[in-house]
Amino acid sequence: MDVQVWTYILVGITFTLYIGIAIWAKAASTSDFYIAGAHVNPITNGMATAADWMSAASFLSMAGLISFMGYDGSVYLMGWTGGYVLLALLLAPYLRKFGKFTIPDFIGDRYYSNFARTIAVICALIVSFTYVAGQMRGVGLVFSKFLEVNIDIGVLIGMAIVFFYAVLGGMKGITYTQVAQYCVLIFAFMVPAFFISFQLTGNPIPQLGFGSTLADGSGQYLLEKLDELHTELGFAAYTSGTKSMQDVFFITAALMIGTAGLPHVIVRFFTVPKVKDARISVGYALIFIAILYTTAPSIAAFAKYNLMETVNEEEYVEMPKWFSVWEETGLLTWIDKNEDGIITYAPGEAISGLPDIKRNVDGEIVRGNFGEVKVNNAPVEGPNELYVDRDIMVLANPEIANLPAWVAGLVAAGGLAAALSTAAGLLLVISTAVSHDLIKKQIKTDISDKSELMWARISAGGAVIVAGYFGINPPGFVAEVVAIAFGLAAASFFPAIILGIFYKKMNRQGAVAGMIAGLLFTLGYVIFFKIAFPEVNSPEYWWFGISPEGIGTLGMILNLLVAFAVGMIFPEPPEEVQEMVESIRYPQ
Amino acid sequence: MSERDLKGYWKKNLKYLGILLSIWFVVSYGFGILLTPLLNEIQIAGFKLGFWFAQQGAIYTFVILIFVYVYLMNKLDQEFNVQED
Repeated sequence: MDVQVWTYILVGITFTLYIGIAIWAKAASTSDFYIAGAHVNPITNGMATAADWMSAASFLSMAGLISFMGYDGSVYLMGWTGGYVLLALLLAPYLRKFGKFTIPDFIGDRYYSNFARTIAVICALIVSFTYVAGQMRGVGLVFSKFLEVNIDIGVLIGMAIVFFYAVLGGMKGITYTQVAQYCVLIFAFMVPAFFISFQLTGNPIPQLGFGSTLADGSGQYLLEKLDELHTELGFAAYTSGTKSMQDVFFITAALMIGTAGLPHVIVRFFTVPKVKDARISVGYALIFIAILYTTAPSIAAFAKYNLMETVNEEEYVEMPKWFSVWEETGLLTWIDKNEDGIITYAPGEAISGLPDIKRNVDGEIVRGNFGEVKVNNAPVEGPNELYVDRDIMVLANPEIANLPAWVAGLVAAGGLAAALSTAAGLLLVISTAVSHDLIKKQIKTDISDKSELMWARISAGGAVIVAGYFGINPPGFVAEVVAIAFGLAAASFFPAIILGIFYKKMNRQGAVAGMIAGLLFTLGYVIFFKIAFPEVNSPEYWWFGISPEGIGTLGMILNLLVAFAVGMIFPEPPEEVQEMVESIRYPQ
Repeated sequence: MSERDLKGYWKKNLKYLGILLSIWFVVSYGFGILLTPLLNEIQIAGFKLGFWFAQQGAIYTFVILIFVYVYLMNKLDQEFNVQED
């Protein structure tokens, strides 16, 4: 059976499973819908959190990114795991004790202000929508790459599935589907990793193979060889990277703090029964996440080694079959600048922009002298002749390593699981922000539980449609603004929650001023460099050498400073608020 | 409720946080970023040590830190009689 048949079978089975779970786990009350009735077992919650957290980007793009960034890729590895320590130690247990449904709930009650609540709702909506658009796009991409379905139809299928279990089951349905999705995605990620690690190094555990010697008889360490190949071709050594130390520092910090401040992650710890469970549940979540996050850098190194060994200074006609397969998808392009039929891989761009495959009037692909796929893009000055999309490193891995067809089908099902599970978690945040924090808490406070549940379902449905719309018509800057999601979470939620728990005397004026300052500063900086003036987005113009990806860290510091300064002018919070803060500090 | 030394509990909790977060900082920002060039002089198997911390070691440390915290806090809850049920 070929890859496509396997993909249909595996995607079909997993989708049936998700729908089955949704029917079984129907939500009966708002508590079920918002926090799964707070009955979730900590291990189950850990697994669901891991699936919630690991998005299409973690699954499909991260290993590829690291592959091309080498040491610099560590910002993602540490940044997207280190936040869980902050979550476990500084947030989860206290928010669980607080025991309401959402982050705006906490901000609104702690700062005794519906204005603060509304700012929190706005932040939650911006963060979640930027993030969810990317997930729906990811679903469409997997469909189009593996099943040759149009991207838009892929997005629609994804919407239908998410609609079904998010609207019907709310948090309860999402939790148990996420557990299934975690199992699918981790299996799909690990199987090719075991195979490739064994092939290259003789050790099947990727985390160990990463530091082993090559199995080609040379006795050389993989990483040593990789550094050698890089420097030979004029790249920076794989294990040293090119970013400045302060930028690596600030990006890592922004991602860590952002992770700890993301509402769809935090809200997962409202679903366990006790404070004690919330603490340990973060630990389980990080174990489940770490399995993928310690494997990804290994895959990155294996894939880069395979790529460099296969292509560099080899004749195009000698390339294995996968090369031409991926050329036709536009994820891999060779442009023979010196017309010698040999592939030259060197630093710098090969072509300007993303590959745009050249077709004749009949829509057939136009090929060059050696049978290579031609593109319309202009070549860029310089020796490099090869364009490689970073996503290819995970997607094409099974083929590059000559693995059986079912492994490639599994990778497709895994990518879909990763995208759908994250999308569902985000949609729930959006729907609760509307039905609970806006309608129940502000517009119509006397609403019954039953009609609040109905509103929750309606807003979840609405959110699915908006997310699908952005998936089909992505704003040109979607990929560019993921930095915004983390930056905003770091600069708005995180400091407000931390102060709310650890500084009893922080009043609403301080917290609100801090959130607004952090929010505007971070948004402004990212929009300036990423959207308004991308031509000056380079280290010589950045403040303190901090890229827009890392600016959330500065935004957080600004938030804290403003909060303290403004907070000093105004009176202390009321007695009952201070007592509430006191009470969330103790489990009982 | 008033019999319990809640101030003492909170103080001890903050002490644990201080120690664990210092380790968190040193391992990730220290070993994984600021001291990486230095640690890269040391090689263990195929790994330069700084690179290993940045791409593997820091993550393992994070997991261990959380479980140590859970252990310490569960003990502390018992000690100060603030545990649930």
